[in-house]
Formats: sequence, C-alpha cells, structure tokens
Amino acid sequence: MADVKKIATRDSYGNALKALGEKYDNLVVLDADLAGATKTATFQKAFPERHFDCGIAEANMTAVAAGLSTTGLVPFVSSFAMFAAGRAFEQVRNSIGYPHLNVKIGATHAGISVGEDGASHQCNEDLALMRAIPGMVVINPADDVEARAAVEAAYHYVGPVYLRFGRLAVPVFHDEETYKFEIGKGEEVCPGDDITIIATGLMVKEAMDASRALKEEGIACRVINMATIKPLDEEIVLKAARETGKIVTAEEHSIIGGLGEAVCGLLSEKLPTPVRRVGVMDTFGESGPALELLKKYGLSCENLCKVVKEMLGK
Amino acid sequence: MTNEEKKALRITATKIRMGIIEGTHAAKSGHPGGSLSSVELLTYLYFKEMKIDPKNPKWEERDRFVLSKGHAAPLLYSTLANRGFFPVEDLKTLRHVGSYLQGHPNMNEVPGVDMSTGSLGQGVSAACGMAKGFKFQNLPNRVYTLLGDGEIQEGEVWEAMMFAAHYQLDNLCVFVDNNNLQIDGEISKVMSPYPIDEKLKAFGFQVEVIDGQDFDQIEQAVAHAKATKGKPYAVVMKTIKGKDVSYMENQAAWHGKAPNDAEYEQAMAELSALLKKQEEE
Repeated sequence: MADVKKIATRDSYGNALKALGEKYDNLVVLDADLAGATKTATFQKAFPERHFDCGIAEANMTAVAAGLSTTGLVPFVSSFAMFAAGRAFEQVRNSIGYPHLNVKIGATHAGISVGEDGASHQCNEDLALMRAIPGMVVINPADDVEARAAVEAAYHYVGPVYLRFGRLAVPVFHDEETYKFEIGKGEEVCPGDDITIIATGLMVKEAMDASRALKEEGIACRVINMATIKPLDEEIVLKAARETGKIVTAEEHSIIGGLGEAVCGLLSEKLPTPVRRVGVMDTFGESGPALELLKKYGLSCENLCKVVKEMLGK
Repeated sequence: MTNEEKKALRITATKIRMGIIEGTHAAKSGHPGGSLSSVELLTYLYFKEMKIDPKNPKWEERDRFVLSKGHAAPLLYSTLANRGFFPVEDLKTLRHVGSYLQGHPNMNEVPGVDMSTGSLGQGVSAACGMAKGFKFQNLPNRVYTLLGDGEIQEGEVWEAMMFAAHYQLDNLCVFVDNNNLQIDGEISKVMSPYPIDEKLKAFGFQVEVIDGQDFDQIEQAVAHAKATKGKPYAVVMKTIKGKDVSYMENQAAWHGKAPNDAEYEQAMAELSALLKKQEEE
C-alpha cells in the first residue's frame, strides 16, 4: 500500500484553532498546563494574548470558561479527556451544560491509544459521561480532515460541544476538497448490504479496512462513520438496520455508554436489530505502544472481521 | 451615604428578608439562614452600587453578580424582585413545579441572574471567567461574587483564587459571608477554613474584614475594591446567620429548613415590627 499520510487529531485541533483564530477575534483557548500535549501551543504561539493557561486546575478552568462565554468570547477548554470529561465532569455538567453556555471542550488523549502512560490516562468513559448531559453535542472525529472541520463547526454552533481527539497519528482518508462535515450527520464510507459497521474515531479506518478484506471473502460490509455521537444520526442507522439487518458498532471507548449503546438504544425502540458492540470490554487499559494495545483490546480490523463473520454465521 | 439613603436601604433590607421568609415558607424547603445573613450586601449592591437595568436584564454594560453560594437563592430572588426584575408576588412560587424560581438559580429562567449556581465552588470560577473576559476586552464591567464560609472548603475555590490573583483581576470583588455556621455545625469544628483573611492574602488578594451587616462598612469596602489596581479584592464579612428572625439567629439548624406556619407568622410579625420601626426612624 502506498504511504498514507498519518496525523494525530490532537494536531488537527491545534492547527484548526490557529486557523480559526486568524479569522475570529473572540476565540480564546484555555489550557491546564498541557498546551504542548494538547497541541494548543500552536494557537498559543500565534495568539499568546488569547491563550489563558489555568495551571493544573481543570475544575476551575472549566467554570472559568463558562464565565468567559458570558462576556461574548468563544472559549475552547483544552485538556486530556480524562480530566476534561472526568475530573471536571461536574463543572461541565453544572456550569456549562445546565446553563447551555457557548463553551467548546477540546479533549485530547482519549481512549487507550494514549499508550505508554497507561490506564490512569486512558479515558474510555468520556463519551458516556458527555452523552448523558442534556443538550451536549459530542463529536469524535476520525481523521485530520474531519477533526479540523469539526472544530470549525463547533465554533459556529451556539452551545456546548465536546470534541474528542487522539494522541496517536492516524491515517487521513477524507478528501479535504470534497468532504463536508455537518454536526449530527453520519457518513457512509463503504457500501454494502450484508451487514453494517457503525464506527467512530480511529475505528472508522479499521472498519474500512475490514470492509475491504471482507469483500474478498464475498461479504458486502457497509461502513458508516459516525463522527457525531450526539445528536445521533438516527436516519442513517435505521436505514442501515433496514437494509442490512445486522449491525456492528466500533469505538475506542468502553462498550458501556458510548456509540454502541447509543445505537442499541435507538434500534431497540424503533427497529429491533441484532447488534454486536466492539470496544473496550468493561476493563481498564494498560501501558504499552498504542498499536499493540489497540490489537490486544480488539480494536482492530482483524477483530471486526471476526465479529462480522460470527454474526453472519461464517 | 446620607442618613436618608441608609434608612431607605435598611427598609429595603427588611422587605428582602420578608421575601426570603415568604419564599421558603411557601416552598416548605430552602435555605433561609444563609440567605438572611447576606441581605445587607445584596441590598447595597443592587440598590446602590451595581450598574444594572431591571427593564433590560441582559444589558451588556451591566455589572455582574454571581451567587457562588447558590443555595441562598431566596435572597437573590427576593433582592431581584424588590429591585423590579420580576413581581415580588412570584416569590411564593419558589421551588414549585413549573416555577422559574428553581431551588438554585438558573440564569436562563430568572431575569437578573447572571450565572447558574448551586454546586459550591463553581460560581467563583465563573466570576473569574467573567472578570477575565471583561478585562481581556478592555470593558469596564465589574464582577461581584458571594461565597459562603463553608463553601471555601471546596478546593476549586482556591484554584479560582490563584487564577484571580495570577491574572490580576482588579475588576473582581469576592465577598465571603462569614456567619461561622454550615449544615453540620460551626465551620471551625466541621473543617476549619480559618484564618480566612490570611489565606486570601497569601493567595494574592487585597483583603479586608468588615461587619457584613453594616451599610457604611460595605460601602467603604466596595470603594476600596474599586480603587485597588493590579490585584483582586476580597471582603470577609462577619455576619449573623438568620439575622433579624430571632429564633433563626446563629442557629445552624436553620441553614436548610423552612419555617412552618407558626414560625412563619412569628418571623413575619418580627420583621413587620422592625419595618415599622425603621420607617418611623
């Protein structure tokens, strides 16, 4: 295979902030001593006066952002997913979610692909936490093109948005020239009528590779990229359930509370359909190189192929 | 301030206290004790000091007030109602299903409420964000926030204090309602935050300690805050929890309990007598 360009979506976040910062004076960025890691340092270098370091104090940073937003600024709060959604959950819920303030939460280092730092920093619960907050938009982009588009869409959307980014460089498969991102819209990235994989984040590329491999075995596997976890694109899920009859969900997140359960919740009420959830199986991660961890925890093309074949009885 | 102004503020304060009793009695729940202790501060801010317009609650040039001790919602509501943001009559709907007067303040439902609060420690952070936002945009709006003395046991409060001093938020004035009581008893026995003034100084604030139920001292403290440049200002207010309702004064039990019908009658009789005396002075 030809060399595929790989970019971590945290880099996309920093680059998108800088690009938007050039256009919009009211965009400000907050960090909790992680500007280098969240890649907001890219923005900070260009606009130091609009970058507010809050020190290692995520709870305060999150509620500070709520206050900033009431003065006409559009704050992007940045930290690792573990702290942005975990440590500061209650600030997000009560100071941003409940008053529905125009704050964007940029959460990097999500999922087990954090790698060597280990389980304490591998947040596999953030989608569940953020989905449960009324009115919260939750976006988990799959590659660089989509991530940058999502940051721009979040800026223009009025209300709270949770953006999930990864540390690991992942293949870029969207075409910048043609791809149009829209909040709440899923995207069919591979056709097929035998079964559908609904994937999000870095699992989208794994699902596309799985679809290609399955095709050689005579299985037509549709793949949907579900970048927006909430609000869920119900139409595209119901259509896939109607047309393919079987669904596999794939996410670098606990099988509890994320995309898989969002899809199951929808289908169980509107169109009962067999679903298998691929994700982190109610366990903590561990230290190790990201790619090895993804394989070990079943977040791979190979495991998706296996699950699809099991579902089809092959 | 003139004696006439002070007389008017005292009368207003008593009316606000009556509204607190009306609301919590009608709700059969709520927090009268810590509401009654900060009445003079809110009376001064909303009737004398802050740049606000009850007819235009979202006016961009207004000063902001964040009730970080959000459980004192009856106080904020009664102050806003008496100031003309909404009908005083509505105070009786406090905590009722469908009412906009929620148990803790909701900025999207109540005219004049600048921040949704109730979870302790978060309001002061939001106030810091507002002050930072105004300063960053070179806007003259001032930000006031009121914390409970029990509330400052929350770690986030001290994260916020660090932030305020680090960013030299001299448009921010933090008040601590030091009535010395929290739900479980005296703050010094539950988990002492003392010495409050020394802690705030160490965190980079200009600090003064006042009698929080004395209008002259409140006025002077606010003037000092406005004159202070380069650092945030904190005022530790010594207050009496449950002030002006005899059986509630200095009683931790009245932190989060509503008066029953007989207690309501007694409280209103005491406040009515006080009001009459203040009007005749």
